[in-house]
Amino acid sequence: MKKIVALALGALMTAGVATAANAGTLEDVKKKGHVQCGVSQGLPGFSNPDDKGNWTGLDVDFCRAVAAAVFGDPNKVKFTPLSAKERFTALRSGEVDLLARNTTWTMQRDTELGLNFVGVNYYDGQGFMVRKSLGVTSALQLNGAAVCTNTGTTTELNVADYFRANKMQYEVVAFEKADEVVKAYDEGRCDVYTTDRSGLAAQRLKLKNPDEHVVLPEIISKEPLGPVVRHGDDQWFDIVKWTLFAMINAEELGVTSQNVDEMKKSTNPSIRRLLGVEGKFGENIGLTNDWAYNIIKHVGNYGEVYERNVGPKTPLGLARGLNALWNKGGIMYAPPIR
Amino acid sequence: MPATTKKLPWQPFHRNDMLPPKPPPPATTGVLGWLRRNLFSNWWNTLLTLLGLWFIWVVASSLIEFALIKAVWTGEDRNACLPKDGVEVGACWAYVNAKFNQFMDGFYPADQEWRYLTVYAVGIALLVPLLIPKVPWKGLNALLLFGAYPVLAYLLLYGAPSLGLPIVETTQWGGLLLTLVIASVGIVISLPLGIVFALGRRSQLPVIRFLSIAFIEFWRGVPLITVLFMSSVMLPLFLPEDVTLDKVVRPLVGVALFAAAYMAEVVRGGLQAIPKGQYEAAQALGLTYWQMMGLIILPQALKLVIPGIVNTFIGLFKDTSLVSIIGLFDLLGIVQTSLADAKWSTPTTAPTAYLFLALVYFFFCYGMSRYSLFMERHLHTGHKR
Repeated sequence: MKKIVALALGALMTAGVATAANAGTLEDVKKKGHVQCGVSQGLPGFSNPDDKGNWTGLDVDFCRAVAAAVFGDPNKVKFTPLSAKERFTALRSGEVDLLARNTTWTMQRDTELGLNFVGVNYYDGQGFMVRKSLGVTSALQLNGAAVCTNTGTTTELNVADYFRANKMQYEVVAFEKADEVVKAYDEGRCDVYTTDRSGLAAQRLKLKNPDEHVVLPEIISKEPLGPVVRHGDDQWFDIVKWTLFAMINAEELGVTSQNVDEMKKSTNPSIRRLLGVEGKFGENIGLTNDWAYNIIKHVGNYGEVYERNVGPKTPLGLARGLNALWNKGGIMYAPPIR
Repeated sequence: MPATTKKLPWQPFHRNDMLPPKPPPPATTGVLGWLRRNLFSNWWNTLLTLLGLWFIWVVASSLIEFALIKAVWTGEDRNACLPKDGVEVGACWAYVNAKFNQFMDGFYPADQEWRYLTVYAVGIALLVPLLIPKVPWKGLNALLLFGAYPVLAYLLLYGAPSLGLPIVETTQWGGLLLTLVIASVGIVISLPLGIVFALGRRSQLPVIRFLSIAFIEFWRGVPLITVLFMSSVMLPLFLPEDVTLDKVVRPLVGVALFAAAYMAEVVRGGLQAIPKGQYEAAQALGLTYWQMMGLIILPQALKLVIPGIVNTFIGLFKDTSLVSIIGLFDLLGIVQTSLADAKWSTPTTAPTAYLFLALVYFFFCYGMSRYSLFMERHLHTGHKR
């Protein structure tokens, strides 16, 4: 009798171990044939459906890059639009394999919540927009201003901190939805509109006369936005992390989706390693050696993705700023592939 | 003395036919009379009428100006709807036009659109005859609509590879399609379920009564938004990792059960309005419980509470918009998402989008409400009040 119980227990434990081993996200992803990617429910330039219903944006393209790295096909990705409240649950419960939802990297999220941020794909920060006619050139001149913002977000707290630190008075005019905030600002109910700078650029398009408004140079908060995976699967963490690094490295090395085929013949060892001509970097993380080639070929390097979705030629028209490469005045930096 | 009739010098006038009635005074008939009676009968009513007219004029004129006169009807992107030479434009219908397919079906693949259009067509073909009292074969019709149609709709909407229909996952459903799916499933499930719980709550059997009360009070005691959050945020944490319930099924169940609890209370109101004599008479005739309910009580009770039932239906239809907070793109959700498209960001995009939404929701809710009025009058066989 005891033997049977022991046997059953042993079997159970092996089964348990087997399930744990199967929990590898990469195998799961390969088995189901697509990457399930959590995105926002619509954020200009980061993830929003276009007229034809295709998802576009900086975060969306990152999801496609991961799909290209795993499958060599950027279309083997499915998007799960998530609200801000349910995004982490969806990731932890395994509903999505990866979250690319303009999520700010904070210590609490990185540690307590059981998540791993793979890096930063957009350095955002809170800024101010004012009317040009106000003649204000710096946020430090905003003493006594009425500030329009969204309720219950960190933007409200950041404003409070900033004005208190600089010993300035202000008055908050807060609304629930971004559309209401921008309307109130446009109608002159407040002097200043504050939100993340990428958001300012997007909301500015809704103003009656965008040219009459100017974004002040001050950035009062750090909002490093990055893709997230869950704790406990280092292999998948590595894959997603190096997908991002490969895109940034590709820009630094001048490899674009246009010239990637010629670049394969390059003699530059960094490029040869990136494109899998030399070394087995892809195989070592469970992919094929042309993983980065596939990313660049099908999605593009970081600079291309930036220009396509939020860059100066798009309606958002965001200058590279902090998001330029480290050797071009920004802080985008990726460890080398070697 | 014989009376002699003396010929009078003049003939008395005898009218042999009735006078035609004179028309009433012109001030009391026709449009003028109606106006006088209803709108201008005294100085107070006149004042109210003028105020009302002024109010309508203020609202309607700016609405018409925005929606029609100054509207932009065609265009490729936001440039079409931007203020021209400093003059503001009205509604940006070009944007609704560009996004119309998305508003209708979310991310349903374009080459599969015929599938949900077929579902709509069959649904209308089955529903309309059922709604018109004069059309015969109600039983067969109902059987087809509630028995065969859901299967057909499921196969067409979701797909069946064995029948050559590629699968369209529910995450790709959206827009009006998703709103209608959630609302109709909710309506179809909640009515019978509500009746069952209403009967259960009035049952003589303590266990059944207790379970019904617990169910009704639980679902009425939590807001729908909590139910939706529970189903989308908490449920996945309780389930094992490899079990994932469909993202649409979760709120579908939540909405249906939620509406069922409200429906149960509406129906209970009707049951209580039936005099005790009806129950006793039915029992005296030797009818079983189900015969009594099915033949005597429920037909009367349900007729009484038609306004309440339709109220719940309309509420349910509008409540479906809450699923947009759990990342589903129902009509409201998809319209709000489309507002994030920088290609169409203009000062008038958002007002246009919400105007469009209002029109669509009004169309459905007003339709339901008119039909319920018609049904009430049609079933007005007994006590007129």
